[in-house]
Amino acid sequence: MIDALNHLPRPRAGADQLAEAFSDLAPPLTARQAAVESARCLYCYDAPCVNACPSEIDIPSFIHRISDENLQGAAERILSANILGGSCARVCPTEILCQQACVRNNAQECAPVLIGQLQRYALDHADFTEHPFQRSPASGKRIAVVGAGPAGLSCAHRLAMHGHDVVIFEAREKAGGLNEYGIARYKLVDDYAQREVEFLLGIGGIEIRHGQRLGGNLSLAELHGQYDAVFLGLGLGAVRQLGLADEDAPGLLAATDYIRELRQADDLAQLPLADRCLVLGAGNTAIDMAVQMSRLGARDVNLVYRRGEADMGATGHEQEIAKHNQVRLHTWARPDAVLLDDAGRVRGMRFARTQLIDGRLGDTGETFELAADAIFKAIGQRFDEQGLGDPLAAQLARDGERIQVDAHMRTSIPGIYAGGDCTALGQDLTVQAVQHGKLAAEAIHAQLMLNVEAA
Amino acid sequence: MADLSIVFAGIKAPNPFWLASAPPTDKAYNVVRAFEAGWGGVVWKTLGEDPAAVNVSSRYSAHYGANRQVQGINNIELITDRSLEINLREITQVKKDWPDRALIVSLMVPCVEESWKFILPLVEATGADGIELNFGCPHGMPERGMGAAVGQVPEYVEMVTRWCKTHCTLPVIVKLTPNITDIRQSARAAHRGGADAVSLINTINSITSVDLDRMVAHPIVGDQSTHGGYCGSAVKPIALNMVAEIARDPETRGLPICGIGGIGTWRDAAEFIALGSGAVQVCTAAMLHGFRIVEDMQDGLARWMDQHGHRSLEAFRGQAVGHTTDWKYLDINYKSVAHIDQDACIGCGRCHIACEDTSHQAIASTLKADGTHAYSVIEAECVGCNLCQITCPVQGCIDMQAQDTGKPYMNWTQDPRNPYREAG
Ligand SMILES: Cc1cc2nc3c(=O)[nH]c(=O)nc-3n(C[C@H](O)[C@H](O)[C@H](O)COP(=O)(O)OP(=O)(O)OC[C@H]3O[C@@H](n4cnc5c(N)ncnc54)[C@H](O)[C@@H]3O)c2cc1C
Ligand SMILES: Cc1cc2nc3c(=O)[nH]c(=O)nc-3n(C[C@H](O)[C@H](O)[C@H](O)COP(=O)(O)O)c2cc1C
Ligand code: SF4
Ligand code: SF4
Ligand code: SF4
Repeated sequence: MIDALNHLPRPRAGADQLAEAFSDLAPPLTARQAAVESARCLYCYDAPCVNACPSEIDIPSFIHRISDENLQGAAERILSANILGGSCARVCPTEILCQQACVRNNAQECAPVLIGQLQRYALDHADFTEHPFQRSPASGKRIAVVGAGPAGLSCAHRLAMHGHDVVIFEAREKAGGLNEYGIARYKLVDDYAQREVEFLLGIGGIEIRHGQRLGGNLSLAELHGQYDAVFLGLGLGAVRQLGLADEDAPGLLAATDYIRELRQADDLAQLPLADRCLVLGAGNTAIDMAVQMSRLGARDVNLVYRRGEADMGATGHEQEIAKHNQVRLHTWARPDAVLLDDAGRVRGMRFARTQLIDGRLGDTGETFELAADAIFKAIGQRFDEQGLGDPLAAQLARDGERIQVDAHMRTSIPGIYAGGDCTALGQDLTVQAVQHGKLAAEAIHAQLMLNVEAA
Repeated sequence: MADLSIVFAGIKAPNPFWLASAPPTDKAYNVVRAFEAGWGGVVWKTLGEDPAAVNVSSRYSAHYGANRQVQGINNIELITDRSLEINLREITQVKKDWPDRALIVSLMVPCVEESWKFILPLVEATGADGIELNFGCPHGMPERGMGAAVGQVPEYVEMVTRWCKTHCTLPVIVKLTPNITDIRQSARAAHRGGADAVSLINTINSITSVDLDRMVAHPIVGDQSTHGGYCGSAVKPIALNMVAEIARDPETRGLPICGIGGIGTWRDAAEFIALGSGAVQVCTAAMLHGFRIVEDMQDGLARWMDQHGHRSLEAFRGQAVGHTTDWKYLDINYKSVAHIDQDACIGCGRCHIACEDTSHQAIASTLKADGTHAYSVIEAECVGCNLCQITCPVQGCIDMQAQDTGKPYMNWTQDPRNPYREAG
């Protein structure tokens, strides 16, 4: 994919400088900071922070344990609700989740407790000599999980804990899903995603088979026939299109494609640098893309959004990060045409100015052009239809384009469950995917045990 | 500004803030720095007979609250470890250089009249303003028949006090140990012996914590430990009660009291004064923060007095004594009920779970549409215990409101439910 940008220059900064630019955006707490911060927690009852955590971590309890110098106990409390608590501590938009709800997040109380940072502190320092959870006696049941992203991994871990054997079928080379391939590099640094997967697999009973693609070399009917249950954690594999001419021209690509390369790059200095860069969209992915390009050394990074600032999907915190990284925001402008140079490469984009007319977005009639070496689309992920190509999969009921599930993560076909971004339930967040996986595992377990009793 | 000066047991001082006999008053260097900082007086670190006491290493340990906040300190130090001669020489010089400050000399010698007869004239010759008898040291010295070993036996207290009144003309302040069952017995004994004042409390027997790896308590000396004396903020409630007990005891009415124990702010001092103290002494707070705290204490106390129209300390001294009584005289018909200020409430749920699990199930929790909870008092169930107000992190959020019951004052001695009520 990055071939599409090969004509661009490389970053000017040296390796050290680049490494620094992509180190932890939020540096970890020191022991002293953790002690001070944990003592700020009021140990609420029916705590609003827990209510706001999609994975229902018992926050007052784990913070209390940090304060009590019981870091392993704190870590276990977190992991028992969220086995990917380490990455969630780093990537969760806490400003709209637990910390938003924290009772200390009001004018009189100064600031919320830094729940995410404390969670990271506990997990970074727990120092387990062995996997903290034990498996129940073998049930003899085998479950197929498709997709080794947060949803699939979380589901697999919980199933393994209940004594079932799990095989994860993963299309890509590495497990972790977007933790490995999508999260901004400065949020989840070095090989944390892989280390976390290894830790998770430490429970035993989980096998990951890479290069296995549902809808490619794998069919749902097969899995349904061979396993006692199937969980689909496919994520959103496709990217929305602009619907413009020359959308495939060199210089124009999906932000997620570039971020994937950036996360995998051993040498950041080898990445193509779009000195003048346009990012289309206003969600967190758009911000991630813009900020990372800025940190690589781009001089002129522009975020263009077809509506106003108030409508942006990115959280206020993310928007602040963008501002701190010299990202310029253009609102009320819609991509109108890709502008190419003589060699057929992107040289810029023409935008149509927009406005609300009777509550609907329309053009004002004005247009303007922005020059760019590259344009990144971050206008949303889509469900990849190829995954559900086989006849059984085609029968799955949908909720929009995504797979329909009930509160127990059951799809319309008995024995088949789904969770994470590929379903319409909840927000598209790592922590939400983890929760879905966990809930699905509990539902699968309950169902299988019911069947055992009935037999 | 209000006048903070005092005359306590005949001793004049520009303010009521004195440093207690302890390391802060161990030698001229410290005491001079303390006077420079503004302390109204000092009680010099306890003198004894030569040869001087010998101290061990280490000596202190602490009881911490959240965030390493020191609640209290425990120490196993003895009285001065310097010779009598050096101490007396320094005391003489300091008193000469600082004539307006109170300089009291703390003493502890064996429980024989000869020892007191020997040391008292030497102290008097320094020009010091008074003496304080250390009958309170709870560690080390009692094993040698001094300190708390004297303070725990009222007859000894009375006897030694009388010796001091006989062999010296200076005001005698008797410092009491809290390691007894009824502080009034000690105060009465001092009073009978002719004491000009009592000061209290000295430190409380304590072990602050145990090193669970080495299985030895703190402070650790080699691989052993011993109990020490507890002081600092945590002991204030104990000291306040003992001060009040003496202040309202008819047998010692009018006996000047110097309040000691956990004083660190002007408010602490004002509370001791309200319960009858004519001066206060401070040790731990100075040990934790240095002498500069006296400036804030003076400033805060004077401003508070100005706001309340108190021109001098005497104007409010002892005002809370009359309101301190025995349980049996409390008004059984009085009723207060908790009230939650919903605007101030941050929704932490602490009041609810406290009342639900351990009190009277009088705070309802209602689930709101957004998944959080609202809390409200069920007035009919509330017994007015104050627990919710105590656990609420927001000051002023829960208010205990007096109810108009329409019933007259009635105490337990009059209550028909009391089978032993006094016939009335
Ligand atoms: C650029 C970007 C940044 C983000 N930043 C954040 C953030 O900061 N914080 C946050 O909370 N969330 C963030 N998110 C969202 C978050 O990453 C997702 O919500 C989360 O990863 C969803 O997990 P999942 O398991 O459902 O899907 P994924 O993580 O997408 O995992 C799906 C897995 O399934 C595999 N797969 C897909 N199709 C098939 C198939 N047909 N056969 C076999 N395997 C298949 C994929 O290879 C992948 O491993 C971000 C998303 C993006 C795109
Ligand atoms: C290290 C240390 C040494 C002390 N030594 C003496 C002493 O020699 N004589 C004495 O009368 N009291 C001594 N005390 C007790 C204090 O004078 C004081 O009564 C006690 O600490 C309570 O006051 P506080 O809470 O302000 O510290 C000592 C206290 C400490 C902490
Ligand atoms: S809401 Fe805030 S203070 Fe209360 S338990 Fe959660 S983190 Fe602690
Ligand atoms: S005062 Fe006591 S009984 Fe009344 S609501 Fe509060 S805790 Fe409950
Ligand atoms: S303890 Fe105070 S702040 Fe917390 S819920 Fe009760 S009234 Fe509100």
